[in-house]
Amino acid sequence: MAKRIDVSDLNIYYGNFLAVENVNVSIEPRSITALIGPSGCGKSTFLRSINRMHEVIPGGRVEGKIVMDGQDLYGADVDPVDVRRQIGMVFQRPNPFPTMSIYENVAAGIRLNNKRMRKSDLDDLVERSLRGANLWNEVKDRLNRPGAGLSGGQQQRLCIARAIAVEPDVLLMDEPASALDPISTLAIEDLMADLKERFTIVIVTHNMQQAARVSEQTGFFNLSGVGQPGRLIEFNPTEKIFSNPDQKATEDYISGRFG
Amino acid sequence: MSQTSTAPAPTGSSAPAPRRGERARRLPNWSPWAVFLGAAAVVGVLWPVFDLNIALFVLYTVVLGTLAVYLLTRTVEGPRRATDRLVTCLVVSAFGLAMVPLVSLVWEVVSRGAARLDGEFFNSSLVGIVGEGGGAYHAIMGTLIITALTTLISVPIGLMTAIFLVEYARGRLKRAITFLVDVMTGIPSIVAGLFAYALFAIFFGPGIRLGVMGAIALSVLMIPVVVRSAEEVLKLVPNELREASYALGVPKWRTIVKVVIPTSIAGLGTGVTLAIARVVGETAPLLITLGITNATNLDAFDGRMATLPVYAYYQLTQPGVPPQFATDRAWTAALVLIILVMGLNVVARLISRFFAPKTGR
Repeated sequence: MAKRIDVSDLNIYYGNFLAVENVNVSIEPRSITALIGPSGCGKSTFLRSINRMHEVIPGGRVEGKIVMDGQDLYGADVDPVDVRRQIGMVFQRPNPFPTMSIYENVAAGIRLNNKRMRKSDLDDLVERSLRGANLWNEVKDRLNRPGAGLSGGQQQRLCIARAIAVEPDVLLMDEPASALDPISTLAIEDLMADLKERFTIVIVTHNMQQAARVSEQTGFFNLSGVGQPGRLIEFNPTEKIFSNPDQKATEDYISGRFG
Repeated sequence: MSQTSTAPAPTGSSAPAPRRGERARRLPNWSPWAVFLGAAAVVGVLWPVFDLNIALFVLYTVVLGTLAVYLLTRTVEGPRRATDRLVTCLVVSAFGLAMVPLVSLVWEVVSRGAARLDGEFFNSSLVGIVGEGGGAYHAIMGTLIITALTTLISVPIGLMTAIFLVEYARGRLKRAITFLVDVMTGIPSIVAGLFAYALFAIFFGPGIRLGVMGAIALSVLMIPVVVRSAEEVLKLVPNELREASYALGVPKWRTIVKVVIPTSIAGLGTGVTLAIARVVGETAPLLITLGITNATNLDAFDGRMATLPVYAYYQLTQPGVPPQFATDRAWTAALVLIILVMGLNVVARLISRFFAPKTGR
């Protein structure tokens, strides 16, 4: 159940510090949207504001609107915990729960939320999620082994399986392949291409080839100087961004003439 | 969109070329030992002359040996290796010095306490005992009951305080609580005892002696230790795990209960066990709050109870006539206490080994 996300006039603050300024963007369902830009320009902050994860950091707050299929994510009566149930997230470093087995890691979203589920249904869900993350064939014989014993790339796919097991509408990925080798990266990218049939995917990446390979839409973030807020410079179809961008700054960044 | 950058031109290797020809002269590995043996022999010869005792003999041997090793190495191998040897000697001597009280204490307690480490000591109390025989069954049970009660009070309070400090508190409140916990760590144990006594004296009048009073006094000492160790352990849980849990739509409190605590359970268990070991041998607060008794009292809410440290204290200070039997019992009580603490430390190690997250490799 992929959903559309509309962001309007979004300002993101940490305390009194304005981190990201005036973002207006529409993220299409069943597509991959890539966010690129230099370090510290607010891509990750913007990504985390979509599922209200930036509120975990003390002082994190927003002004403006993020609307997902008509539902205001920052409405007064909206519980951030509910938002995060609908918008899953994969992090830069693979972070499986060290105390849990592979099976329990995938089932974590169900088990930790104390949802009752029949054992056979849970087995099905775990298998489906692991197959969805292209990991089933590698781990099906050792589901009860600790998740921390897998390789880095496998751990990251385990985290993806864990995120899709709760069946979110949107999947946010914060540099999901930056800690991985090229083979594992390819596996993750192939997986994203499969997953976009079912989810709206937003990915932050420093690897522009990756953005060009996997995404339909690309947003370029930049900041004018240290201490200045980051802003969304350009948001266009990926082909246009990488061949004929509207903004000079985008072209400079993409062609490596940045800074 | 190329991201390649020009690689820096390879610079010349900066590693110094090994000097040829002059191969450094080296002393054989056994030479320091030989020097120390020699020093011991020299000092041994001088023993009758200067009327030494064993402590002075060791001291002179170490000083003489260290000096000799330093000078010998300096003349043969040069100043850098000489300094290395000198510091090695100093470190080993410091280690030896630190071991002296430990080994001598254990040796003394074992040699004196082993005599009465028999079945009767664990099976009988002191009721009707004048002189020989008798045991510390009542004191052992008292210590176990009081310690269990203390743990029951301290661990929930301490753990929850630590969780509050790490997961919820921030700013001024957090600093205030941390400061107060630090102050509590430094409270002299007798003050904790007087606090519990004064507290109960308000309700039950002066002269009150209850097991639970002792447990409360010990809790005052144990809570800060639990808080500090649990706080350190909880801080070690990577934030990424909390975020992973939040991102699955798990509320904060459930993240703490099901992710943070299970991840750190080994460290928490170790900290709690060591905190227990810290309070199990406390004497002063129990002296005020529990008193002593010769009979077995297993009810912590009714009257005086005996505990091992207080038992040892009274056996030693009020031994009766002849004093030998009571003194023996005191040493054995001390030995049992040490064994108890050692057992707790072993348990702590086992906990941290068995509950540590497994990598499966």
